[in-house]
Amino acid sequence: MAAKKFPIEAGHIMLFARAVGDDNQIYHDEDYAKTTEPGTIIAPPTFAIASAQFDPDYPLRPKSGQPWFGSGKEPTGVQRSSGGGGGGGGGGLHAEQHFEYHRHLKPGDVLTATVKPGKTWEKEGRRSGKLVFSETITEYRDQKGELVITARGVGVRTERPVDQN
Amino acid sequence: MALSAHTLKVGDTHEEQIVNNRPRTQLVQYSGASGDYNPIHTDEVFATKVAGYPSVFAHGMLTMGMTGKMLTNYVGDGRLTKYGVRFTRQVWPGDVLTAKATVEALREEGGKHFIDLTVSTVNQEGAEVLSGYASARIDP
Repeated sequence: MAAKKFPIEAGHIMLFARAVGDDNQIYHDEDYAKTTEPGTIIAPPTFAIASAQFDPDYPLRPKSGQPWFGSGKEPTGVQRSSGGGGGGGGGGLHAEQHFEYHRHLKPGDVLTATVKPGKTWEKEGRRSGKLVFSETITEYRDQKGELVITARGVGVRTERPVDQN
Repeated sequence: MALSAHTLKVGDTHEEQIVNNRPRTQLVQYSGASGDYNPIHTDEVFATKVAGYPSVFAHGMLTMGMTGKMLTNYVGDGRLTKYGVRFTRQVWPGDVLTAKATVEALREEGGKHFIDLTVSTVNQEGAEVLSGYASARIDP
């Protein structure tokens, strides 16, 4: 369900910062980082989401020897029994994400994520039919057991792909 | 680098263009770094033929991450205390995005100073793709 151990690593922070187009030296240059207020390399504000890499059951990662719903020989490797757009079988779309920072992450931290289900609600969408929202609260604690980040995500499943007009 | 309460006022804004002509490769890059390999973001065959979209589209979290760069450029490193968003519209390859923070409030709590911001990212047509808020610790 969640990452039991999420090691915060400098190389991973560098790759993540590059992917979001952020060339701030504090994300990759230790010597520079020492001269800043945090005094160390820190992780960008949305980095906790990359805990997915350390979640053994994360559904949006191909796993060795198992069928994958992306394309291969056919447009999808998994035959779905029912329709439903948006997520294309992959866990719906991301509707909201909230982070509360008790402190910022740095290389050497080892986090543990605890996931709690939140509310579920429905709405009739103009562009995608019935929408089913569900909330997940993830608490990230460090190696000392202290709460460092509280994350609240809201996912949505749509009845059909979102109309682009 | 950090913001100071005495130089700020409600209504002040900070704006940055965060991507121009977003390449598909950036979606691949973000999948690899974040661990979200949903093929809807990187697999054009799946996105068009199975999911029914005109092309692959960006991870909401990529837009949130790029908007976060505008925020940390504004408030300074390690200063954010809260950051939350709603994804209001999909972001496509080729899009040009501009992210903006607007000062909503300046507060003092237990001798520390904070700023509350509203956050909005729009595409080349001016349509909002992300709306949210952030708070940060600032200097007196």
